[in-house]
Amino acid sequence: MEETMFIDPRRCIGCRACVSACRECGTHKGHSMIFVDYLDRGHTTATMPTICMHCVEPTCALVCPADAIKVSEDGVVMTAMEPRCLDCRNCVNACPFGVPKYNTAMHLQMKCDLCFDRTAEGLKPMCASVCPTGALTYGRYEEIVPQRRDVRPVNVHIFGHQRVETKVYLMLPIEADEIRVDEDGEPSFRESWLDAQVETADKRNEF
Amino acid sequence: MSKIGDLQEVVREFGPHLHDAPYDGWRADREIERMVPTHCPYCGMQCGLYLLVERGRVVGLEPRYDFPVNEGRLCPKGVTAYLQVHHPDRLLHPLIKRDGKFVRASWDEALDLVVARFREIQAKHGKDALAVYSGSSLTTEKTYLMGKFARVALGTRYVDYNGRLCMVSAAAANLKAFGVDRGSANPWSDIPLAEVLLIAGANCAETFPILNKFLWQQRDNGGRWIIVDPRQTPTARQGDVHLQLRPGTDVALANALLHVIVEEGLIDHDFIANHTVGWDEVRSTVARYTPQVAAEITGVPAERIVAAARLYGRARTAMVFHARGIEHHSHGVNNALAYINLVLATGKIGAPGRGYGTITGQGNGQGGREHGQKADQLPGQRSISNPEHRRAICAVWGISEEELPPAGVSVVEMFERMRRGEIRGLLSICNNVMVSLPDTNTVRRTLEELDFYVCIDFFMSESARYADVVLPGTAWSEDEGVTTNGEGRVIKINRANDPPGEARHDWWIVCEIARRLGRGKYFPFQSSRDIFEEIRLASRGGNADYYGMTWEKIEQNDGIFWPCPTPDHPGTPRLFEDHIFYHPDGRARFHAVEYEPPAETPDEEFPLILTTGRVVYQYLSGNQTRRIKFLVDQCPEPYVEIHPETARRLGIQDGERVRVRSRRGEGIFPALITETIRPDTIFIPYHWPEPQAANLLTNPVLDPVSKIPEFKACAARIERLKGGALPLYGARRKGASQSEA
Repeated sequence: MEETMFIDPRRCIGCRACVSACRECGTHKGHSMIFVDYLDRGHTTATMPTICMHCVEPTCALVCPADAIKVSEDGVVMTAMEPRCLDCRNCVNACPFGVPKYNTAMHLQMKCDLCFDRTAEGLKPMCASVCPTGALTYGRYEEIVPQRRDVRPVNVHIFGHQRVETKVYLMLPIEADEIRVDEDGEPSFRESWLDAQVETADKRNEF
Repeated sequence: MSKIGDLQEVVREFGPHLHDAPYDGWRADREIERMVPTHCPYCGMQCGLYLLVERGRVVGLEPRYDFPVNEGRLCPKGVTAYLQVHHPDRLLHPLIKRDGKFVRASWDEALDLVVARFREIQAKHGKDALAVYSGSSLTTEKTYLMGKFARVALGTRYVDYNGRLCMVSAAAANLKAFGVDRGSANPWSDIPLAEVLLIAGANCAETFPILNKFLWQQRDNGGRWIIVDPRQTPTARQGDVHLQLRPGTDVALANALLHVIVEEGLIDHDFIANHTVGWDEVRSTVARYTPQVAAEITGVPAERIVAAARLYGRARTAMVFHARGIEHHSHGVNNALAYINLVLATGKIGAPGRGYGTITGQGNGQGGREHGQKADQLPGQRSISNPEHRRAICAVWGISEEELPPAGVSVVEMFERMRRGEIRGLLSICNNVMVSLPDTNTVRRTLEELDFYVCIDFFMSESARYADVVLPGTAWSEDEGVTTNGEGRVIKINRANDPPGEARHDWWIVCEIARRLGRGKYFPFQSSRDIFEEIRLASRGGNADYYGMTWEKIEQNDGIFWPCPTPDHPGTPRLFEDHIFYHPDGRARFHAVEYEPPAETPDEEFPLILTTGRVVYQYLSGNQTRRIKFLVDQCPEPYVEIHPETARRLGIQDGERVRVRSRRGEGIFPALITETIRPDTIFIPYHWPEPQAANLLTNPVLDPVSKIPEFKACAARIERLKGGALPLYGARRKGASQSEA
């Protein structure tokens, strides 16, 4: 199998090394395309990184009126092509994971491209390179999965009626086989101001 | 008199300003000339990284996958470290304070003034009227130089270093127990081999992020974690057993763990008989610390103490680690000794996956306390009170024994003597006392009343603002030399760029002052390498023996663990493999220690325990990291963690600003209401200056042996502000309605 990303939230220590390193990738021009959130700081120190899941049938590309979002041969969903991007922000609004950002100054959607310039040279993406704990790990399924205990890699997400299969895997408790986000009901967590305050820095969907 | 004239003007000119990009912006079209292999300047992991150099400037970084400690991994401080190099706040020329205002000066002018004032003070008040206060974020070459400079160039006994606020309790306990002070007796590569890790008072997810690489490798091998911490840290969250004790009760807890281990027959009788001294007294002491007794003192359920003791005691391989959480106490040395007793009683030391370590907070915390800038120490981890050791170093330095001053005192005591007028002048490098020392109000008055204060730094720290002369030194990428990481591995820092403006190498500045004082012949160094060559000689035969190392050998081997006594010696990654310890009889020492509460305990007036610590986005006093916008954005100001029960009782809402007060001072902090802290305890991170310095509140009482201040426990109370019901952060909350805002 080709190399891909594995997200293991248990290991995340919330340090945002990934967020800072994302900016350093040559093609990202100082912009970070990663989010790290506290799940419920009033209750726990648990945090969770969000990167592009690189959907097999990417919603962002499906809703793009200009066909500006391409998928590479390796299944990497790329940032919008600059000459085609219409500034419509359909992709920003449609992505079920909330990943793409809109860069106002550049009139361009930007998103995680798995550091294609690095992986083309055999280097790992920046975020997975620096992650202290392996909460973000880049590698082949058959290498990574046997190393991890008590987790199950899952790449099927159910959003109400939409079933999304992704290139990126999420490491879940062993009994899970898919991730279900129901359309009804309020989220049970409450957001702490500590998380809200970084919103202006790295949580907006706009640069 | 060293007062600040117009504070706003100083801040306007010297920052801290937030800056967040390479000097010429973010560019994709770089032509990188060189990738300089070096290490992060911050914590004791000393992670490897490459600095990217374009046209002589540092413009980015690249992970260094082939360095075995971190294999490319970095924390956000490490990723953004290079942004300090060409930061607009850098000091570019010497500054002399005239009428309360910093004025640009030439090097000759500034250095001549320093020398004239030093001479004047010493002529009037004696040699010991000057003090040197140094730090451990410097290369070992510089730390060696500062100790020698104080004793040989100034002839003062008063020199100390900021490890006094960091590693000294651990160091003292290690010396007492093992006869040697190396942060970790085992290389970190032993961690994945341990079935059980016991980690006490170490929020290593935030203070030492890359250590978590080894922790998770151990976990992947099926390992278990016992975490001792008053807070649910990210590591404690994933631990198998979390002993969430009351701050400052570690002796009771560790004694109870050993009590259970004895009861269950899990001690190593052969090891105790053949390799240790003092077991009987420890056994009878811990006999009184039943899990029930400890539960009462620590607030940890007795059955959890039993579970942790069994986990550690029954494991074939296990390691104990501790850090400032147990060491920043008026009984910090005893706390560390109580955990070392566990290690010795079970004989779990000196083998793969069996061991012990303290976690070094500062980049060169280890190297910085080995070669003589500590008040009581000479190079090679020698004692300044030992006649034989004095003779050895005097021979290297070419001075007579009468010329070598006696032991000095710790930094907090040095500041007391400044207050009393015994010490009149200060040279400081690599520290920021206005953030880092306890009881900021008293520290400020002390600085203001000094006759003369000269500071070497590359940014204008909150403390440097009080100086009469500020001399611009170098950032870490502008010089070369060695540091010793937390596992005792000596590594090489390489030079990537030239100092900006008229900034000069720290060692040049110090040697130049010595020369102008007429002591130049003792400081003939033309480079950092010259100093290293002298360290090799000065450390030869000492505990921390570097004689067998060269810079080249260090680089070729990804670092060398000391001791390394001969050129053909490979270094010593794991200590005590033969179970021979560094005391003359080769045996390790048990120490029977009794629980004593912190110097200040809660009462009606101050009913809460305040403990302090770090956040992952800032480093120590923040002089470097509070200027980097990315880091500041993640955590712009300190906050106070309060348990929901306590908050409810006081009527405090999440995000509301509250006043925290102790007997020494007060500050206003936003409340972070969270179940991750004990109801009787509050926490404030310490990286910020007045008016939000956690150290406005902390207690300057010292451990009697290590002289470390009690940063981790003092009594405090929380007061609501008038009209304080308004949550100031409500307006910024996602989804807040107009009326809420």
